[in-house]
Amino acid sequence: MENVISKGAKQSVLGYLATAGVVLLLLMVFGFVMRAAQAGGLDIPAEIFYQLMTAHGIGMVGIAGMCGAAIMWYFLGQYVKLSTPVFLLNMVLFLIGVVMILGAVFIGGFAGAWTFLYPLPANSAGAWEDMAAVIHLSGVLIIGVGFLLFHLDTGWAILKKYGSLGKALGWPQLFGNSTADAPPPTVVASTMVLIVNVLGLVSGASILVISIVNILVPEFSIDPLLGKNMIFFFGHVFINATLYMSVIAVYEILPRYTGRPWKSTKPFLLAWTCSTVFVVIVYPHHLLMDINMPTWMAVMGQIISYLSGLPILVVTAFGALAYVHRSGMTWGMPASLLFLAVFGWAAGVIPAIVDGTIVVNLVLHNTQWVPGHFHTYLLLGVIPMALGFMYHITDNDGNGLDRAAFWAFVVGGFGFIFTFLWAGKESVPRRFAEHQSEWMGVDALGAVFAALTILGVAIFAIRFLTRLGQTAKG
Amino acid sequence: MQEIAWNISLWLMLVLAAAFIYVVMKSGEKAEAAEVQNSAGKIRSALFWILLVAGVPIAMVTLTDLPYAAQSDASAQIVKAEGSQFNWDISPTTIVAGQPVEFHVTAIDATHGFAVYDDTMTLLTQTQAMPEYTNILKYTFAKAGTYKVLCLEYCGSGHHVMSEEITVVAGGN
Repeated sequence: MENVISKGAKQSVLGYLATAGVVLLLLMVFGFVMRAAQAGGLDIPAEIFYQLMTAHGIGMVGIAGMCGAAIMWYFLGQYVKLSTPVFLLNMVLFLIGVVMILGAVFIGGFAGAWTFLYPLPANSAGAWEDMAAVIHLSGVLIIGVGFLLFHLDTGWAILKKYGSLGKALGWPQLFGNSTADAPPPTVVASTMVLIVNVLGLVSGASILVISIVNILVPEFSIDPLLGKNMIFFFGHVFINATLYMSVIAVYEILPRYTGRPWKSTKPFLLAWTCSTVFVVIVYPHHLLMDINMPTWMAVMGQIISYLSGLPILVVTAFGALAYVHRSGMTWGMPASLLFLAVFGWAAGVIPAIVDGTIVVNLVLHNTQWVPGHFHTYLLLGVIPMALGFMYHITDNDGNGLDRAAFWAFVVGGFGFIFTFLWAGKESVPRRFAEHQSEWMGVDALGAVFAALTILGVAIFAIRFLTRLGQTAKG
Repeated sequence: MQEIAWNISLWLMLVLAAAFIYVVMKSGEKAEAAEVQNSAGKIRSALFWILLVAGVPIAMVTLTDLPYAAQSDASAQIVKAEGSQFNWDISPTTIVAGQPVEFHVTAIDATHGFAVYDDTMTLLTQTQAMPEYTNILKYTFAKAGTYKVLCLEYCGSGHHVMSEEITVVAGGN
């Protein structure tokens, strides 16, 4: 199916990946600087720390989205007819948004975190001007609009070919008596992402506009708990969707090594339908410490958190194990990174579910346990999925240097996330510019592991960029 | 609780890692896909039921005593806490050990996180502090001492300095 994609479309995908690779490295350096500062090894003012934190957070979410979109678009385009101009428009809007965000943060001083928790953007205590907040939020809004257009295009293409979202999710095969082949995993995953992300992006765009109006016209305000719900619904859905987009690389690339095609079996279809529902309704697990939330929503947040683990562990992770087991495969870089990514995703689910338990959340919420678990499935899930795709698209199975970088990434990555989880266990708060002396030892260890991880990613990125020209011509 | 969370997470992650490493070690061997898928299907079913059967009682036990106050308890010690950039206004700051305390927590400018730490800097309990809302957090201090209140929800450039102390005295003092 490789020959189906046009040269222009492939170059567009490479544009996404090159942008993502370069920005990823920059943002990882921001992350290292923050850990080093917490360890006392770097002396940076608190306001700069929080600016770096804001840029790191929103940037990583955006990069994860770009990587996921590139992977999904590349493979989905082999089953349905997608629009390259819309795909490119998303990238252009992304770059415009990035410039606005960077300007707002590093020139305007905006440091409201990637969660821009209403009404913080309007109440900076003098740290940033209102216009910086407006520009930042507008930049995020523009990026969101780009992704919305991207999904509308994928939705249009899927509906044209499959007729309905239910059919694209394989419901006739799952719930009916259809004996026809179910849609391929890529189509099923893309349909799920389409559904959840459109809902998430509409919620996100709404609260962004509300926040912007609130800054410009302070008399206009909304219930802060409603604003919080909208933000966390958007944030949860969007960041989860990056995983569900990126896992398409596993479905499409890993079988080329195992010789066993990833099939849309009934358990697979059921898992994706369940995940569609779970991702939408699980977001209250971010609000477990909001005592004024209806209790039933908190209880639902915990129960759905538990259930959300089943499709990932029992279907995706177990599926990867079953496809690889005794397949006689050899391990090139794409397969190695993708298999690592499945492990990272599944492993990250465990501390996330633990934290989704209300009585545990009481003592772990907003400690470093939280970046511990989300870095597990982002740094060691989404990112290696994207890296595996980069090696795949540049037709690079890797050499000794690549393998060395792989192990630097593995050791650095797991060391890094375990320093976060350990610190969370020790009650160390997240998002603190300055740490107490007793917390600095594990911070320093985290910084060392971060540096090792960055070294690995730098090699990956350089190897990708040096093969870019040749791949673009091919 | 933190130790339990750590141990459960660590051990389950290690078990998962062992499964992945085992499969990698076996990946060089060649077997028919149908043969592997057949036995994998049985293991998958067993795994599904194990997780479900384990999850239900865990959920039931952990959901029986939620830290949510349905309404204020007239017999409890009432402590009002108001967060603002970047300090806590807490009254009273002296409370009695062994008797229930109700923290009535709110904020005036942005969302803050009201988190109580003991003298070993272990997080004991927390709730969000939001404008327009008062969250009632119930807690009973087991022993006398000096406790710290930190902000656990990012609230701006002075977030990390937002700290206050409360004193817990022995009952009967």
